[in-house]
Amino acid sequence: MRWRNLSPRALATVAVLAGLAIVPPLALLTGATFYIDVFTRIMIFGIAALSLDLILGYGGMVSFGHAAYLGIGAYAVGILAFYGIHDGFLQFGTAILASALAALFIGFVSLRTSGVYFIMITLAFAQMIYFLSVSLNTYGGDNGLNIDRHSDFAGLLDLDHANTLYYLVFAILVFCLCLGRRLVDSRFGMVIRGARSNERRMSAIGFPVLRYKLTAFAIAGVMCGVAGALLANQQLFVAPAIMEWTRSGEILMMVILGGMGTLIGPIVGAVAFLALETVLADLTEHWQIIMGPILVLVVLFGRGGIFGLLSRWRFARHRG
Amino acid sequence: MDPILVLAQALNGLQFGIMLFLMAAGLTLVFGIMNLINLAHGSFYMVGAYVAAATFQATKSFLLAVIGGTGAGAAVGILVEVVVFRRLYARDHLDQVLATFGLILFFNEAVRMIWGSTALYATVPHFLAGQVDILPGVPYPAYRLAIIVVGLVVAALLYLVITHTRIGMLIRAGASNRVMAGALGVNVRLLYTLVFGLGAGLAALAGLMAGPIFTVESGMGEHVLILTFVVIVIGGIGSIRGAFVAALLVGFVDTMGRAFLRPLLATVMTASAADDAGPALASVLIYLLMATVLFVRPRGLFPPRTR
Repeated sequence: MRWRNLSPRALATVAVLAGLAIVPPLALLTGATFYIDVFTRIMIFGIAALSLDLILGYGGMVSFGHAAYLGIGAYAVGILAFYGIHDGFLQFGTAILASALAALFIGFVSLRTSGVYFIMITLAFAQMIYFLSVSLNTYGGDNGLNIDRHSDFAGLLDLDHANTLYYLVFAILVFCLCLGRRLVDSRFGMVIRGARSNERRMSAIGFPVLRYKLTAFAIAGVMCGVAGALLANQQLFVAPAIMEWTRSGEILMMVILGGMGTLIGPIVGAVAFLALETVLADLTEHWQIIMGPILVLVVLFGRGGIFGLLSRWRFARHRG
Repeated sequence: MDPILVLAQALNGLQFGIMLFLMAAGLTLVFGIMNLINLAHGSFYMVGAYVAAATFQATKSFLLAVIGGTGAGAAVGILVEVVVFRRLYARDHLDQVLATFGLILFFNEAVRMIWGSTALYATVPHFLAGQVDILPGVPYPAYRLAIIVVGLVVAALLYLVITHTRIGMLIRAGASNRVMAGALGVNVRLLYTLVFGLGAGLAALAGLMAGPIFTVESGMGEHVLILTFVVIVIGGIGSIRGAFVAALLVGFVDTMGRAFLRPLLATVMTASAADDAGPALASVLIYLLMATVLFVRPRGLFPPRTR
């Protein structure tokens, strides 16, 4: 294998996935099993960020309401569990269906607009779903809903076991990554990317651009909905706070921090964002006063995110 | 339904709408002229409320509180414009959203560090504490009435400044064509800073007036910020007139929905179902309004003619 000939993206993908794969044995060896849970959560947000990158990085659709699907997926699991339905296939199926329907509806209305209007209308829809969840008094309203058991996949997977949950999330992450890569390299993905650089020209060639964009929007919504269903399993709790508008901002930030339009970048971004949050929160209770300016600096000076930084560095080394 | 109650709620809606307008005017100006989305606009609202509440507690002077709050908001706005926003004008909207998101985290935490994480108690000055009869036998809180009056006066002043003064002419010139205004010798940089300070001051004024009605706490700007975005999107981003109409519309629809949707629904469904559905529907009403408006007119009710 000639590593030097691999593209930085492929190299980063392999390195990141290998790193994530050995977290549980490493945690067991060092006795810090706490980290298995931490990284499960990080990977779930990685899936959410990856799904946003599909429409943001490749389609240029700045959705500021992506956390809504996280909430829809989580509530699908929570509400079914509330009625004593713990079958994982049913729960995840419902999460997928519900987030697909929501994304189709939201996309259908929002994609008529563009620019700032698109940002604001996706935010408004997310707020609508957020307030709906607050008013669901049967399911705990503002206080949220405890889930008493993990999803049960016909006895095949025991999610009570932290390792099993970890590798389930890992497998779904890898699956989403492969699916995303196939999608953006396919004819479908080319149309989406073409529409980003010049929508009018794509329509002139004869593509029904809106239909393509709506499909991409729905795929991203479903992926994020699955992340939500996983998050419900990880916390065994759902509350409206899962889809506060700041959460949508955080997911956006993960994509930018890691490098948008790369698919692997947002996963790195999720690791970096949540790790930074954890470290700063350990340092001081006023961690946001440090986090805020860091985000501003990243936006102002960190073009291309962490991933862009890495590939620039590699490029420079090759020339030197 | 009790007509006096309806009248009182309609006035509450008007008062809420006026406050939203004070927020929206600055935001829509900043967007129209500098093409900048500023999520941190709610932070100026919060700063205004905090500084005014603290000044009032310390000095017992309402006038000083108003001047201090508005001044502090404008000062923070100008400072942030010089330090951060100048670098953002040429960037795309995504970068602006994220950078100003970072600023929100900073301001919310800064306020928490200075004044603590418990809510501050803002009081109504005693000369506005009572009720006045708006119609014979129909009392209404004097403070809310004062907000309506102040808001209308500010709106009228804003209109006069923008349509009848030199600075207003420059603002309009900047809004319709930035590059041309600069080429004709307008100091665009100074104009931007000025407009930003004005917008921040108006937001702070809205915040300090809202203080005694809502609670003064960290993060208080965000809820009203999102409503403000709904307002400017419905009104057409960049249009002050649109912001005024949309602010009154949103304030009115939101207040009336919260007050009367539940009893109204109770007439067509069971009381318990109405108890569930009423508040749920009321809280999403304005977002439905926005989605409907954008569906019919994707650029808002009064889209600016030139760009």
